[in-house]
Amino acid sequence: MATRALLPEPAPLVETRESLLAVPGIHCAGCISKIENGLPKVTGIVSARVNMGARRVAVRHDPALTPPDLKSALARLGFEAEPLADPGMDVAAAHNRALLRALAVAGFAAMNIMLLSVSIWSGADGATRQMFHWLSALIALPTVAYAGLPFFRSGWAALRQGRTNMDVPISIGVLLTTGMSLYETATGGAHAWFDGAVMLLFFLLAGRCLDSMMRGRARAGVAALLKQTAPGALVLDDAGQSRWTKADALRAGMRMLVAAGERLAADGRVLTGDSSLDIAFLTGESTPVRVHVGDAVQAGALNIAAPLTVEVTAAGADTVIADLARLMQEAGQGKSRYVRLADRAARWYAPCVHLLAGLSFAGWMIAGAGVHQSLLIAVAVLLITCPCALGLAVPAAQIVACGALMRQGVLVKDGSALERLAETTEAVFDKTGTLTLGRPVPRHLERLDAEDRAILLALAQASRHPLSTALRQALEAEGVRPATLNAIREVPGEGLFADHHGMPVSLARPRSLVTLFGLASEYRHGAGVYLLSFTDTLRPDAAETLAALRSTGLRTLIASGDRPEALEEIARATGTTAIGRLRPADKLALLDRLKAQGQKVLMVGDGLNDGPALAAGHASMAPASASDASQLTADIVFLGDRLAPVAIALRVARRTVRVVKQNFALAIGYNILAVPLAIAGKVTPLVAAVAMSLSSLVVVANALRLKGGAK
Amino acid sequence: MTGLALLIPLALLCGLVALAAFFMALRGGQYDDLDGAAMRMLADAEED
Repeated sequence: MATRALLPEPAPLVETRESLLAVPGIHCAGCISKIENGLPKVTGIVSARVNMGARRVAVRHDPALTPPDLKSALARLGFEAEPLADPGMDVAAAHNRALLRALAVAGFAAMNIMLLSVSIWSGADGATRQMFHWLSALIALPTVAYAGLPFFRSGWAALRQGRTNMDVPISIGVLLTTGMSLYETATGGAHAWFDGAVMLLFFLLAGRCLDSMMRGRARAGVAALLKQTAPGALVLDDAGQSRWTKADALRAGMRMLVAAGERLAADGRVLTGDSSLDIAFLTGESTPVRVHVGDAVQAGALNIAAPLTVEVTAAGADTVIADLARLMQEAGQGKSRYVRLADRAARWYAPCVHLLAGLSFAGWMIAGAGVHQSLLIAVAVLLITCPCALGLAVPAAQIVACGALMRQGVLVKDGSALERLAETTEAVFDKTGTLTLGRPVPRHLERLDAEDRAILLALAQASRHPLSTALRQALEAEGVRPATLNAIREVPGEGLFADHHGMPVSLARPRSLVTLFGLASEYRHGAGVYLLSFTDTLRPDAAETLAALRSTGLRTLIASGDRPEALEEIARATGTTAIGRLRPADKLALLDRLKAQGQKVLMVGDGLNDGPALAAGHASMAPASASDASQLTADIVFLGDRLAPVAIALRVARRTVRVVKQNFALAIGYNILAVPLAIAGKVTPLVAAVAMSLSSLVVVANALRLKGGAK
Repeated sequence: MTGLALLIPLALLCGLVALAAFFMALRGGQYDDLDGAAMRMLADAEED
């Protein structure tokens, strides 16, 4: 047996700090151990812990290490990573844990009370029954106070604003039932409904818990994809030293160094350098813009070609991006006024139920049954109509549908998103990055022979330049294996140079003038020179998806910031009207016009320029390649290069709403059967318990039919 | 009947212990990364 001396943990010599990085590439046990064992070998990193569900790595490290250092350490292990600024998801996780605790308490109490209740139903009498009732009360009272809190809070919040939701009848039902049971116990009555009240809480909490878990997962998935546009920049001080500075610490007048492949962290003016910037996030235009000394540049722009020195003119809340964020916030206010299906049902349901309970009380009083007897019957009516099945009807269907969608790479962030999506009548698409892939794809690679392709891949792998990344992705997808190269070196602003069996090879900036009209790079092998051109291509199934949407009765429209000439080809390919040269505010105005015509608009877009429109749409979707802000704003995010998820999500949303409505019908049907029994005074605690579980099971079983719905 | 006086508190105690254990596990972060936990048991322990 191997034994090992238990060494005390080495005390940390310096203070350490914890940073979070999003690593979308983690997908297996091998990745976890590679990161957790590999990172601590890097000097300055103490430990690393992977969270698989959220695709995040928590790194404990020396404060001297900057986010780019951690990023490159992960890149050396073979993982692309992006630093996360703040762990905003922890609030949702805490909420989820609180619900889980309440569920555990309710479950524990429900089981124990049911045990006691079964003895009573099987004939326990007299003093024994009395004792069992008291024991039940002892367990039920703290449970109702603790596990019922989420419902009481939400119901009270709704009442205070003069509205009503599902939680109002739930709270009233649970509280009245508990109170009445306590009175019965104290006066030695025959029936106590503690089991019913606690079981009701347990069922409803199970629905809530599943709902919150599902949404937490989708949120985590989206957060893992977020490209932190620019968490900071390398700032040059007067002595010429560079220092990593966080975005919120940048001030006007600072000089920042922006390497090729990096995003700008603040608005500014170019001091030195000559490069191209990708500002598609702002304009939707796919062609990069050339910038020279003295030109103004915006935060969030991606530097493509060569390093730049930029003098900061505006940072933080003053940037163009921040303006857009404000526009988005205002546009999104309409969406928060949307009333969910369940709450719309509750508007009718709650008054009906309360009226019914009141009427039965009055009816029995008039019939001369006495206050006590009448009150007992009214409480039984409340308990039996308490929307247990109704409360499960919506979350159960939504969880199953969202699970099915998630397996197809569609993340639904908001519970009401499916309901709103099912109501849409018109779909508005952005062009760049939505109908197209939004990234450069190399053309005519097949003209190169196998050896050249292998060399090209080896060269492309050595750089993080966007065009190199595009080449690498395209070649790796073709199954090309990299060639072995010697003396690879990257010359900033020029390209990559290496030796292949004594022959110089390079992947570099073209020497001709073609670059003015598009993205290109030049591959040289000895004396041979090949020009590689890149374009942004249409998503493979864009035309079919748009046709499929039209066949389901949706109107389609393309709204882009690009030049109208650039839209012609796409409009023809998809058979859709296209409107060009729209600025973010114009897109918003377009949506408002459609809304005024009575259309409910589904906005599909990716860029920051679509942000306000995404926020204003009745429902919105964004691809996973979209900008941070757009992914955060959109209700639904879809992964992959295909557009089909838009049509799939719409189909699933419509089916979900249909199942939800069926569930409502089932729940109401059950009430029609059970309520007369309750009003007649025939409902004992046993009948209530059986009826409640049965109706919940039926509703959940109906929701499970959605499981294969996204195929 | 006298058995009840012993058995009921005992049953409740057992339930409470299980509840406390669940709370401890929840607080200890065992439910934070369910996917990761499923993966981790497949990883070869490489600890030195």
